[in-house]
Amino acid sequence: MGEIQVETENKKYDPKIAAFLCNWCSYAGADLAGVGRIQYPPTIRTIRVPCSGRINPLYILKAMANGADGVLVSGCHPGDCHYISGNYVARRKFALIKSLLTYVGLEEDRVNFSWVSAAEGGRFAEVVKGVSERVGALGPNKGVFKVDDGGATDE
Amino acid sequence: MNKIISDIRETARQLLADGKVDVVIGYEKGSLPLKATPCFVHSAQEVDSLIWDETCENNLAAFVAKTPGKKAIVAKGCDSRALVVLLQENQLVRDDLYIIGVSCHGVIDQRKIGAEVGEILEASITDGKISVKGMEGDKEYLFAEVKDATCQTCRYPNPVIEDLHLGELIQVSQDVAAFADVAAMENKSESERQEYFKEQMSKCIRCYACRNACPLCYCQECFVDCNSPRWLTGGVDRAENLLFQAGRVLHLAGRCVDCGACSRACLQGVDIRALNRKMTKDVYEMYNHESGISEEGKPALNVYSANDPEEQFLVKE
Repeated sequence: MGEIQVETENKKYDPKIAAFLCNWCSYAGADLAGVGRIQYPPTIRTIRVPCSGRINPLYILKAMANGADGVLVSGCHPGDCHYISGNYVARRKFALIKSLLTYVGLEEDRVNFSWVSAAEGGRFAEVVKGVSERVGALGPNKGVFKVDDGGATDE
Repeated sequence: MNKIISDIRETARQLLADGKVDVVIGYEKGSLPLKATPCFVHSAQEVDSLIWDETCENNLAAFVAKTPGKKAIVAKGCDSRALVVLLQENQLVRDDLYIIGVSCHGVIDQRKIGAEVGEILEASITDGKISVKGMEGDKEYLFAEVKDATCQTCRYPNPVIEDLHLGELIQVSQDVAAFADVAAMENKSESERQEYFKEQMSKCIRCYACRNACPLCYCQECFVDCNSPRWLTGGVDRAENLLFQAGRVLHLAGRCVDCGACSRACLQGVDIRALNRKMTKDVYEMYNHESGISEEGKPALNVYSANDPEEQFLVKE
């Protein structure tokens, strides 16, 4: 992780986005997009989590620290959680994470949250497209959280 | 010696002599001027070391769960709010706890004094006037001039739970929480905020004094000490300091009682409170919740409602 592709004439800058997808909805939605051969930019690195309620704020911060250019977190629509209330609890947490990160000066479009159901393959592709464009426009991770010398980590 | 101190000592003596508690947690005079230190009184003979004044800046709730046995605690407003949160989170047993409530006018911000007179050599407080002898000069202050920033906006100077109240209650004028400091920061541009926190975080040496002073940082294993996964490296890096502070603040979201113990414990003068206050404001505005003000209810992030606001964080499509 961490190497930056330089934008040249024929090579466009591709951001690297860590995508935390809930097992029951968004991951299945991403799968549906794949099965349906819907095209979307190859910018996301999918990390499957059991529920959006499983998202620890540190996952997002650590992804940024390790050099991800953006983060996408996606779960079931409110009311449709496989575990009944996981995403309701997550929703409060997400609102605060987003607000705090913006407050400390992280660009608004770096960290993204959305709800995508298992039936919304097309919409998943749209979300990824939109997020990729906006993160791409911001350029590489500017290091509000990025640790320049990540050398001492386990990875 | 004022009436409250003698009442605290008398209460402690009674409680210990009757065997109602094993230990009284209070304050004693510290080894440095203007600095009280937490004190654990185990026998009726030792109660005369207990004090109460504007130098009692620690939040004693931080020590309650770590102290075995039945205990009495001298609690000001913010200490009692922290106790409420700890009770809500099942960290304390109410029956093992005797709360000696005292109303608090605020504590002294030593950093402010130190910045003007250098290292504080001697100090005395009489009738709300603080005379300080410092390395670089002497000065006299009114208490209001050197009141800690947290205490200036304090809305709960009186304990919210207590078994006994000593002294008089303090009237507060504010009905609603004011967040002028947070709003001022929010109105700055993104790059200004980024610069501000960069500057603050480059001061941090990650000594974790803020975490240790915090009454609500009680995780058995703090994420900063965790080896697998290793969230933080050993080095001190500005971005990583922000990861630590942001992670800690998010852990405290909806729980922080804004006692300011973290900021006062910070020897580098990092503006930790700016982050905590932001979360307090958001929780207050979005979920209409203030932590630690009533024993009923749960911390804001343990509950939810079907129509919580989500427009401001969802991705725009």
